[in-house]
Amino acid sequence: MNNNQPVELLHKNYIKKLTYEKRWVRFYQFIIFFVFFLGWEISSKKQWIDPLIFSAPSKVWDLFIKKIQDGTLFVDLGYTLSETVLGFILGTLLGTILAAILWWSPFLSKVLDPYLVILNAMPKVALGPILIVALGPSMTSIIAMGAIISVIITTIVVYTAFKEVDPNYIKVLQTFGATRSQCFKEAILPACFPTIISTLKVNVGLSWVGVIVGEFLVSSKGLGYMIIYGFQVFNFTLVLLSLLVIAVFATIMYQLVELLERKLIKSN
Amino acid sequence: MSFLKLEHIHHTYFTKTSATTALSDISLEVEEGEFISFLGPSGCGKTTLLSIIAGLFQPTEGTILLENRSVNKSKKKIGYMLQQDYLFPWKTIEENILLGLKIFGIEDSAKKEYAFSLLEEMGLKGYEKQYPKQLSGGMRQRVALVRTLVTEPKLLMLDEPFSALDYQTKLRLEDLVSETLKSFGKTAILVTHDIGEAIAMSDRIYLFSARPGQIHQSFEVPKVLRELSPFQARNHEIYTQLFQEIWKELESLE
Repeated sequence: MNNNQPVELLHKNYIKKLTYEKRWVRFYQFIIFFVFFLGWEISSKKQWIDPLIFSAPSKVWDLFIKKIQDGTLFVDLGYTLSETVLGFILGTLLGTILAAILWWSPFLSKVLDPYLVILNAMPKVALGPILIVALGPSMTSIIAMGAIISVIITTIVVYTAFKEVDPNYIKVLQTFGATRSQCFKEAILPACFPTIISTLKVNVGLSWVGVIVGEFLVSSKGLGYMIIYGFQVFNFTLVLLSLLVIAVFATIMYQLVELLERKLIKSN
Repeated sequence: MSFLKLEHIHHTYFTKTSATTALSDISLEVEEGEFISFLGPSGCGKTTLLSIIAGLFQPTEGTILLENRSVNKSKKKIGYMLQQDYLFPWKTIEENILLGLKIFGIEDSAKKEYAFSLLEEMGLKGYEKQYPKQLSGGMRQRVALVRTLVTEPKLLMLDEPFSALDYQTKLRLEDLVSETLKSFGKTAILVTHDIGEAIAMSDRIYLFSARPGQIHQSFEVPKVLRELSPFQARNHEIYTQLFQEIWKELESLE
């Protein structure tokens, strides 16, 4: 290039190409959304699918408006959302603390290793009935379900990350005479923030599973209860409404975690 | 009485299947203000010895005295520089150089002032708020040097600190480190496998043989070379002579 003009022009073209591509991506995303709901509505109207089982977007929408007007949707949503968020935070926090304890004591980690493997392999929702008996058929046992389902996998993943931190960072700190807790605070934990965040993302999904199953088992409120109730009275419009609401809020939670990620790991 | 005294150091690494003697009967003395090099093939236990002197772990046998005291009690007097800079990527340059003070719990304004003046001396003023990945390799190693010097160690350990750098940066940094250490009157031990670097920078060179690591021979660097900067020393005729001499010894070891 002899002068700046063509370079600027090329850059402009490049940016134009990027926005152009982005627009097409958005367009096709919208098309899929639109076709899905339109197809659902039409095939339900035309009786290609059983409207009793698969309902229709318009019916779900009507129920949605109705439930907003009488306020019952907010009650159910409030219950499930607070249970999920609490279960999620508790599971991640406990898992990270457990990982820290295992890192702290290599002996303990050797002792507990087989138990972690067993607990991880065990389907946690199978513990549901025991939890309900132990903690009572209340919100507490549902939150416990939300937490227990993610705590072991968090422990394992975060502990592995702790162990894989480059030992030379520890060496740097040790030459300054750092204690084990200083090493943890200055090197191990910050080095593992990316891993912790990615387990957060997994845990968002897991906590929803735990809470919904918990509500299946015990609750008389919440989105999971809406599903099980709708199933029992064969009102699948209610089931689908609940599913859609869950989808929306699970996505929002995931987005919030991504926001946190961008805030926390801006340096890397 | 010498500044640093090593007496009959032995060290053996144990694994399930083997016991490897890394160091065997190492005894040496270092005077205050001296610059010493440990030179030898890989696997001769140089880094092990450095870690032992730094008090990172205990030797299987033997004693180390720094100013007549056991090294474990004088950790604060020792600074350690590693092969790579190992700056913490999630900390800014400022947080990185103040790390030692933070660990010691002596983060007062006078010490901070000193840290920033060192940073300025290394030509890195204005980079305080940047992150390590924004700096080049040579700059990062200079920051690592500042981090090591901030706590004002009396004894400096340099574990091949220039080996990961390109040749030009390495030569420049050798001069800078040598000059800085001389002006502060620090005692330093350099581990290297680069004969030229050892000659250009040190007052005395210990040549190690491998398996088990032992001191094979020691060389005094002539006064003429010691008074020159590393870069100038590399161009002196005595440098070439000494290089040949050490080279032959190294060859005979293999």
